[in-house]
Amino acid sequence: MYSPAIIAEAIVNGLMTGTVYALIALGLTLVYGVLHIINFAHGALLTAAMFAVWVVYETVGLDPYLAILPLTPLFFGMGYAVQRFVIGPASHGNDSNILLVTLGLSIAIENALLAGFRSDTRTLNTDYGFQVVEFGSLLLSKPRLIGFGAAILVTVLLWLLLSRTDTGKAIRAVAKEKFGASLVGIDVAHVYAVTFGLGCACLAVAACLLMPTFYVNPRIGQAFVLVAFTIVVLGGMGSIPGALLGGLFIGVVESLCGLFLGDSLGQIGIFLIFILVLLVRPTGMFGAKA
Amino acid sequence: MTFRDIVPIAVVIALLAFVPAFVTANTVLNFLVFTLIIALAAQGWNILGGFGGQFSFGHAAFFGTGAYAAALLQVRFGMNPWVAFVIGAVAGAAVGWMIGYLSFRSGLRGSYFALVTLAFAEVLRILANAATFTGGAAGVLIKLDVRPDNFQFESRGAFFWIALALVGAVLVLTRWIERSRFGAQLVAVRENEAAAKALGVDTLRVKLGAITASGAVTAAAGGLYAQYFLYVDANIAYGTWISVEAILAPIVGGLGTVFGPLVGAVALHGLGEITKLAAGSVPGIDLMVFGGLLVAAVAFAPQGILGLLRRPGQSKGAARHA
Repeated sequence: MYSPAIIAEAIVNGLMTGTVYALIALGLTLVYGVLHIINFAHGALLTAAMFAVWVVYETVGLDPYLAILPLTPLFFGMGYAVQRFVIGPASHGNDSNILLVTLGLSIAIENALLAGFRSDTRTLNTDYGFQVVEFGSLLLSKPRLIGFGAAILVTVLLWLLLSRTDTGKAIRAVAKEKFGASLVGIDVAHVYAVTFGLGCACLAVAACLLMPTFYVNPRIGQAFVLVAFTIVVLGGMGSIPGALLGGLFIGVVESLCGLFLGDSLGQIGIFLIFILVLLVRPTGMFGAKA
Repeated sequence: MTFRDIVPIAVVIALLAFVPAFVTANTVLNFLVFTLIIALAAQGWNILGGFGGQFSFGHAAFFGTGAYAAALLQVRFGMNPWVAFVIGAVAGAAVGWMIGYLSFRSGLRGSYFALVTLAFAEVLRILANAATFTGGAAGVLIKLDVRPDNFQFESRGAFFWIALALVGAVLVLTRWIERSRFGAQLVAVRENEAAAKALGVDTLRVKLGAITASGAVTAAAGGLYAQYFLYVDANIAYGTWISVEAILAPIVGGLGTVFGPLVGAVALHGLGEITKLAAGSVPGIDLMVFGGLLVAAVAFAPQGILGLLRRPGQSKGAARHA
């Protein structure tokens, strides 16, 4: 049997990983809530963000946490442009087309990164990467603790943005009823692009928080995006509290499955939950309607 | 289905059958066999996705089942490879029916159906990668024993003909589906499921029929892959690459058309080889082009290459007969 201390540590580690998962899922759920599409390019964009963190660290020596400042607006702008000039026009307003366009983008981005950086796995060598913080009997990794706090902060900021600002109001209006929104003078294509940009900005932050303790290679996004899909489906497509809670839950499930089933079978718990939720309650915990 | 429906298929297959007479370089034949295997997998996807409008992102589940069944039945149980190949296709049909039953009964469609198929393929990949029966991460090696009754041949030309015969058979099957009552109901489900249901179409039965046939065809492609390369592992058999290939070819070639998947597979892989020749051995460069092509196809050629080739005067209905 495993001692309670080991299980407690697995749960805490799972919670910390879970917040970063939640951040990735947040971008996905935001885009789903407004555009009603699943962005299959989310994983490839995350990989791109992680490579961006690696590049600025290796070339300019910019600390990954400081890299949040330039990379978040950069990815917001990129996401805005991708939605406004590629996904929007290419899909002719048809849902299954958006699915295919984002799939095409994901293949193109992922393989462009493979062509540019080759398949080597890269890491950052920060001097705080392995520092730990003692917390009672638990030893917690310092960068992951920072990630935990920052991810929650970003979630709160995003929630404030959506609930308190005019932009947020416009986003929510388009999500509810895009025709009505356009009638009262909201530029729907602009709001779509802003939403997509916000989703990408979440990815940039997540990448900066991940890189001190994680590695990057051109295929890394796939692993995360499947987890993010699970979280989004579990929490309810389009729901922000759902993404946060779903992320924490999945983080713990993955950590415990890894402990009990070993690394190779660890992820299977996530997919079984995923399939079960889809089959039994596709609206998730907080979703309104399918 | 009349005799006239079969003629174009017979002509295309007959012309392609002469290729090994002119091309003897092993690398070229390798490329052709591989492209035909992809075309076969894509034909399977096209039955469900093109005619039925249900976009699966996890056809690897069927491809892998066919590949593993073909490999494991002969390696573990000493079964004749031809029999194992057929059982593999049947197993693919069974997996198709099961996934279909679970997800269509729950009313999953659109993005949700895409996600659930993706998840099923991933579960199978993780299981195959971990179980000792499937050889774990090391995969399964089929023993080299070149005899025609052992489904192994001296020349690659023989394999080319077998792959071509299967592609031809599925072309006929697809043409039959297109002309049949079942096919009409399937297209009705694609165009407007609620309306089809209101007119008395048993939509669940129709979709189940489509995913079962689709699973069998893609599993046959997997079995052929295992028999040709004599090796299978989880990332090849159940990997996302084949799910993506199966989607790409019909969309680039012509979604919901009989020849679309074959045209798309040949065009994509032909272009992929040219890109590799032009850009040197940069990994991923061909797939990068594929991704761009998928976006371009959806944006500018929603009916694929076959749609572009059609004369402007012809109606949309005529394209389906092309």
